[in-house]
Amino acid sequence: MWQITMITNQNSSQPTPLPLNKGNAQNQVNQPNKKSKRKKKYTPHGLSGFPNLIMNILFGTFSIMCIFPFLYVIVISLTDEKTLARNGYQLLPEIWSFEAYRYLWQMKDQLLQSYTITIVVTVLGTLVSVIMISLYAYAISRKQFKYRGFFTFIAFFTMLFSGGLVPFYIVATQFLHLRNSIWALILPLAMNAFYILIMRTFFQRSVPESILESARIDGASELRIFVKIVVPLSLPGLATIALFSTLGYWNDWFNALLFIDESHLVPLQSMLMKIENNIEFLRQNSLAGGIQNDLLSAVPQDAAKMAMVVISTLPIAIAYPFFQKYFVNGLTIGGVKE
Amino acid sequence: MNRIKSFFQDVYKNRVWLLMVLPGTIWLLLFSYLPMFGTVIAFKNFRYDPNGFFASILNSEWVGFENFKFLFNTNDAWIITRNTVLYNLVFIVVGLVLAVFVAIVLNELANKRLSKIYQTGMLFPHFLSWVVVSYFVFTFLSVDRGLLNNILLWFGVEDPISWYNEAKYWPFIIVLTSMWKGVGYGSIVYLAAIVGIDKNYYEAAMIDGANKWQQIRNITIPMITPLIVILTILNVGRIFSADFGLFFQVPRDSGPLYSVTNVIDTYVYRGITTMGDISMSTAAGLYQSIVGFALVMLTNYLVQKVDKEYALF
Repeated sequence: MWQITMITNQNSSQPTPLPLNKGNAQNQVNQPNKKSKRKKKYTPHGLSGFPNLIMNILFGTFSIMCIFPFLYVIVISLTDEKTLARNGYQLLPEIWSFEAYRYLWQMKDQLLQSYTITIVVTVLGTLVSVIMISLYAYAISRKQFKYRGFFTFIAFFTMLFSGGLVPFYIVATQFLHLRNSIWALILPLAMNAFYILIMRTFFQRSVPESILESARIDGASELRIFVKIVVPLSLPGLATIALFSTLGYWNDWFNALLFIDESHLVPLQSMLMKIENNIEFLRQNSLAGGIQNDLLSAVPQDAAKMAMVVISTLPIAIAYPFFQKYFVNGLTIGGVKE
Repeated sequence: MNRIKSFFQDVYKNRVWLLMVLPGTIWLLLFSYLPMFGTVIAFKNFRYDPNGFFASILNSEWVGFENFKFLFNTNDAWIITRNTVLYNLVFIVVGLVLAVFVAIVLNELANKRLSKIYQTGMLFPHFLSWVVVSYFVFTFLSVDRGLLNNILLWFGVEDPISWYNEAKYWPFIIVLTSMWKGVGYGSIVYLAAIVGIDKNYYEAAMIDGANKWQQIRNITIPMITPLIVILTILNVGRIFSADFGLFFQVPRDSGPLYSVTNVIDTYVYRGITTMGDISMSTAAGLYQSIVGFALVMLTNYLVQKVDKEYALF
């Protein structure tokens, strides 16, 4: 997709024929620069003049609005608590302060614990789900597998019908005893029929039967073929599933909400949900300890909450520019249908 | 006898493949099919049994359709169904218009580098969890400190609006939040389709003197119509399930807002946590699953009528 947008780069309504950026430079290679008239023939897309300006303003504004809340939260987290109490959440606070982060540093044991849980769950979960999904999807993508129709159906059917939350909850707690276990955060997200079908299509398209056939003639076992040939050939697809799954695990709070109440197992997102109670809890404790009232109000409640939002979102925000491209490409790697 | 023998021979022949699907199959059995079996709770008066899951289900007393009768006699059943369906309808219509609009404009913008930057910006909210988004919304809507009330004050509105207690604003807030988070993501598939349209159509149209608007209306939109149809019908099939995070996190579980923020999913969740009525929650969940299933089948049938190529199965 990005390649194609590169090609449409010719649309630029800039009158200058000079190569301004890489995209234009490529055009120069593709089509020798003859006449501007001829060039125009090759530029089907591209708004001109006023409509282009309006759309740029509109889209620029909306893009900023999409990023704005995150920046706003960063600003709030760096605002002095008394200033917050007096002026509310300002875009440019009167008094800046790192107090909130210092305060979170005091809670660092719990925070680091939550960070560790989230990272462990994300890494382990992604690993488990990529292995399970790819093995399953590969088997049902091969014509040699006699029961592939049946196994495709039992995966597909879960997309159409589900038992609902309550039976799932009862099975997980009463039958599998997942309550307050780290597996409660990993297993429920490990499989996903949608990803299985995407991967199946991907395997069908990207792994030619002829290569597998010659490997079989050479006497390689199916598992060996899978590891040595199929996996290297399917890395883009596997990376996509891994990315989807990593994001799913990192952002998950629902399973923690259902299954986790021991504080040493609480992941980051869920910690964020509970931070209000946690800060309130600390306040109550200091109240019982007979600490002065003005000291109490010095606890940077709001700023600390926002600082917490910042430190749990920062990894995603930093990694985002790097994985965005793969995400976009991944979404279009293959339809669900054969 | 021979049949059994040949079956086992087949299983043996396929043993490698069966081994590959084994972990996934176990998962599906435990996390999908066992809960499906567990929906019988909806027809029982559920009681926890210390002997575990199966004992709990088997030893609970049959009550037939009592739970459903009870559910549909409450006002809640109507409210959660209405909320779920109406919000989803609005999401489908507004989401579609916005996504197609964004995709077309991103493709038509003169400066492709800017276009990419816009896409990067718009896709960002998709990667945030609903917990984080709920804090974002809170920075705008907080009664005493929020940006919105500050702006209103600046415009001379003296009485701060207690956003989290006023149900009337929430349909807009919910739709706005959902669109803010989803537009960038929603436009990706359409953009990919638009970029894939053969350039020759546009060149021919330009030679014939068609302007931009005519090109969009007569080439771009007809070319992506099949995709619009299939995605919309799929969404209609999911009209009975709501995004739990949106309706649970963003309104901060505020009681006064339940009339406009309670959907089937949040109702079922609250059923097991606060109300503690396991059987009725199961009944509500089963109601959702069955109607959802019927809708998917119906919509798939409709897709088949429109174009067999696009039917899901």
